[in-house]
Amino acid sequence: MGLDKNGIAQRIAQELQNGFYVNLGIGIPTLVANYIPIGIDVEFQSENGMLGMGPFPFEGEESADLINAGKQTITALPGAVFFDSATSFAMIRGQHVHLTVLGAMEVSDQGDIANWKIPGYMVKGMGGAMDLVASAKNIIVAMMHTNKKGESKLLRQCTLPLTGTKCVTKVVTDLAVLEITPKGFLLLERAPGVSVEQIKNATEGRLIIEGDVPEMKL
Amino acid sequence: MALNKVVANAEEAIRGIEDNMTVMFGGFGLSGIPENSIVALRKNGAKGLTCISNNAGVDGFGLGVLLETRQVKKMISSYVGENEEFERQMLSGELEVDLIPQGTLAERCRAAGAGIPAFYTPAGYGTEVALGKEVRWFNGKPHLLEQAFDASFAFVKAWKGDTAGNLVYKGTSRNFNHAMSMAGKVTVAEVEELVEVGELDPNEIHTPGIFIQRIYKGERFEKRIEQRTVRKKEA
Repeated sequence: MGLDKNGIAQRIAQELQNGFYVNLGIGIPTLVANYIPIGIDVEFQSENGMLGMGPFPFEGEESADLINAGKQTITALPGAVFFDSATSFAMIRGQHVHLTVLGAMEVSDQGDIANWKIPGYMVKGMGGAMDLVASAKNIIVAMMHTNKKGESKLLRQCTLPLTGTKCVTKVVTDLAVLEITPKGFLLLERAPGVSVEQIKNATEGRLIIEGDVPEMKL
Repeated sequence: MALNKVVANAEEAIRGIEDNMTVMFGGFGLSGIPENSIVALRKNGAKGLTCISNNAGVDGFGLGVLLETRQVKKMISSYVGENEEFERQMLSGELEVDLIPQGTLAERCRAAGAGIPAFYTPAGYGTEVALGKEVRWFNGKPHLLEQAFDASFAFVKAWKGDTAGNLVYKGTSRNFNHAMSMAGKVTVAEVEELVEVGELDPNEIHTPGIFIQRIYKGERFEKRIEQRTVRKKEA
């Protein structure tokens, strides 16, 4: 039932537009790079200081001087450029990056996001997430619709410490594509084989259903 | 005559370091960290340090080696995973930790070096990062007032440098090194290759030597990789 992580990434890849500079977070968002539609040219920004990030290097060609924001060894594509951290976040805060895709633990129906801290657990830090969500114009959250206990991650109000407020534009989950509107989560598409009823049951926040909700095309 | 910033070794480069100082370390993860200066600081034994660094190294490498010897009183970072000793000291309360957004961290370094005492940023508004900070609205959006850092020393690492302190970085190892080099009252650069003035192309220098007070050729660079991710060559 519903999409797997690759399916979520594949659906998000349909949001890419020609000429976009894109920042992908760690986890499901990283997989989006595997599904760039044919005929669409985009460039990936890594906030540790690079544009034009390519795939993992071939064995033996990896370098400590060439990593992504997840600290994984990567490669540079032709046209790539390196820069320092302050310049990198100037690109982010200055809204030069067109699309940010990141994971989340919770999203509220007003577009608040919580993805960095769970009280009672070791806190590792927010990294660049707060800067990204505070400034980006177009933020898509990639996540599962419910947590491991089966509880909804699409809420009326976030319960975990926030990363940013009123910032998420869209959520793509294993069950649905939803847009954040002033009245709540507007259901845009259903995952293949998933009913509106199932999405309703898995969504705690306000859900808006207008007419027939189409199935995603993957 | 070009100025000469060269010191003989890491021990000489860290001269003047004292207990309870605030010190910056360049690097992102383990990429571009000042390995040799960190080893010299461990030998020196200065304690009670407040360390500004995006990350805190790993067990036994990078800033991890100063955590082992309890030389660090406080870490100011954006992300601190992958380090068991760090976690132990943080949970036991031995180590103070101030987590701040990565872009704010970078800009507080840049501002310090650029003579900007404080600035407004939208990052962290509405979160616990905003607690106690002045909020001001610009262009219909709320922003937080953040202050420039004040660091006695900045330790940075570059690929190449000349005797006047001009620096060139390689790949993504530039990261925090550039902004921190601007910010230190004394900035110490360690390089893999130290060359004479005139050997670097002035068009391709990343950090002008004016920001650097001391430069030396690092004795040993391990350049450890934190997450080796590779693909197989197709036959």
